[in-house]
Amino acid sequence: MKFKVNNNEVFASTGGRPFDKKKPLIVFVHGSGLTHMTWVLQTRYFAFHGYNALAVDLPGHGLSGGESLKSIEEMADWVNAVIDAVGHKEASLVGHSQGCLVTVECTARYPNKIKTLSLMGGAGAIPMNPELLSLAENNDPKAVDLMMDWAHGPAGHFGGHPVPGLYHINTGTMLAKTRTIQNTLGVDFRACDNYKNGFDAAKKVKCPTLSILATDDKMCPVKEGKKLAGLIEGSQVDIIDNCGHMMLLEEADRVLTVLKKFITTNYPPLST
Amino acid sequence: MSDKKKELKPNTYKFDTLSLHAGYQPHKNAGSRQVPIYQTTSYLFDDVDHAAALFNLERGGHIYSRISNPTVGVLEERVASLEGGTAALATSSGMSAIFLTVMTLCEAGDHLVVSSQLYGGTVNLFRLTLPKFGIKCTFVKPRDTEGFKKAIQKNTKGIFGELVGNPGNEIMNMPEIAKIAHDAGIPLMVDATYQTPYLCKPFDHGADIVVHSLTKWMAGHGSSMAGILVEGGKFDWMQNDKFPTMTKPYEGYHGLSFAEEFGPTAFTMKARAEGMRDFGPCLSPQNAWNVLQGIETLSVRMKKHCSNAEEMVKYLMNHESVAWVSHPSVPDHPDHELAKKLLPNGRGSMIAFGIKGGKEAGVAFINNVKLASHLANVGDTRTLVIHPASGTHSQMDEATLKFAGLSHDMIRLSVGIEDIDDIKNDFEIGFRAARKPRLVSNQ
Repeated sequence: MKFKVNNNEVFASTGGRPFDKKKPLIVFVHGSGLTHMTWVLQTRYFAFHGYNALAVDLPGHGLSGGESLKSIEEMADWVNAVIDAVGHKEASLVGHSQGCLVTVECTARYPNKIKTLSLMGGAGAIPMNPELLSLAENNDPKAVDLMMDWAHGPAGHFGGHPVPGLYHINTGTMLAKTRTIQNTLGVDFRACDNYKNGFDAAKKVKCPTLSILATDDKMCPVKEGKKLAGLIEGSQVDIIDNCGHMMLLEEADRVLTVLKKFITTNYPPLST
Repeated sequence: MSDKKKELKPNTYKFDTLSLHAGYQPHKNAGSRQVPIYQTTSYLFDDVDHAAALFNLERGGHIYSRISNPTVGVLEERVASLEGGTAALATSSGMSAIFLTVMTLCEAGDHLVVSSQLYGGTVNLFRLTLPKFGIKCTFVKPRDTEGFKKAIQKNTKGIFGELVGNPGNEIMNMPEIAKIAHDAGIPLMVDATYQTPYLCKPFDHGADIVVHSLTKWMAGHGSSMAGILVEGGKFDWMQNDKFPTMTKPYEGYHGLSFAEEFGPTAFTMKARAEGMRDFGPCLSPQNAWNVLQGIETLSVRMKKHCSNAEEMVKYLMNHESVAWVSHPSVPDHPDHELAKKLLPNGRGSMIAFGIKGGKEAGVAFINNVKLASHLANVGDTRTLVIHPASGTHSQMDEATLKFAGLSHDMIRLSVGIEDIDDIKNDFEIGFRAARKPRLVSNQ
């Protein structure tokens, strides 16, 4: 569906079901340089089971208009504005990678509005390799290739996508090249590198929180994810073996099973 | 010790490694080092919720082997990885892959621009069968790049061609034709059977959908029929209103918009969800496994195919019984320079040549070679020969033959990987017979 935030058109996938204001809202926030399509193996399930699943394209990404936002704090405020724009007073947030920084910051800023927080491959800070950052800011496609290499675990490099016939490294590469690299990945990487408030924001999170981490995640390693989770009172942690940072594609079923249990328990769906 | 900073390089697996490993994780398959053959029609659901989720495309997995199968899935991912594509869908033959591609793209009332230099079966599909579904085609000679542009109509939904035409070896200028297609907001579909991804990766040159008859060089051993369509993932289906079945809510899947939901894999998802459901040209797991065995040695075989082909080109060009030779490695081949650009790893192992003495000599040659097999296939490990005018293209009338660039003296040669001296010796037998056709046939 399309709607406007700050006068810019926003695209969000609703998981193949019409948006229905009566249903509780889950907002999915993608990682650096990516789009709503990274969530396809999670959103459709929730959309068919009593929720409004809203996988947004951040400004300047995917099918959304406007320019990419330059800081995690701006993105956090933008997610809050999305919830308002679709007419909801509260929501559950799900983030991946950079999306974790955004959703933690958003939850800290709007504690009464966010009812649950689910973090996949999250950390309190994501400092960027300077060379990778430079490549992305200079529009070099090698930045995407490096990101896809590091984002997939050893098993993920062989493929084995849960959807028959899909080869996820190439799919991820195409998603990251949907728009101009320097305007999406470059801006996002810089925003991640600049963001220093993750650990303080985490201390302010009071809603039920789930962290899904992966043993072979090179970008946000387990120990960093645990450090973040340790700052959030009562946070649950689930660790997936033989999996890298792109867990929502590499181990989509496992992620969905854990996420489903956590969200339906803490933020029940509308009975159908 | 050097102070030089190490350059960052992606360590994703390369071609030869992907040929052996892509799409398969042993630890998810009881540790089986070889890809298992899942000889089953259907798959258990965990519960009713799981069943519904699979049918609604809410999660990945298998339902029924007409739609997908784990062994076939490994093959699909492997070919997608080798082509640099996002997704692939294997079918029971190359022809069914082409048909499924067209039916995923088009509806009655649509139009395609098609290269005229195609395998005879493909010509018949586009010329005679698709019009029965209300899909019309305009044929353009592959070297007539401007002709492709002129043939595009308001209802044109794509351009289709073989990268190297069958059997005349004309090469389509893929980068230029891709630009024409993209300027018109339509995809370029390329049959790259002759090249395999070892010789050419069409997505690097602008193609949007690639199809293969896997029966040929990919499987390589002449044992199994199979086809595949591969998606490049770059084509933006939402850029115009030409593809409503990709971009609008689809009644057959609870209002799903394939382009919105699946983006770079939308075409394959639709081809599977709709095409395999409704037409069902599924590949058997046994044949998928056979093709996988072939792909494991693809680069090794292609190097030998190409080196043998280049030897045969030299041999034929210097032979007194040969009137002409067509192969992109020949310096005066009209597409020699284009071939260098598009086929850097080798120009392929298909050779067309004209035999002196015309049709009668051609028939004598075919009837007398002993090592080369006379049959309607290409891309076997063994050397194959056929006389197109009386074989693969025999259903064409005289005018269509001429338009397809065929002549009565043409022999199509698919060079195998036997010892090159044995192939040449065999051809000497054929040429001797061709020089005295009546004498030999009376012996």
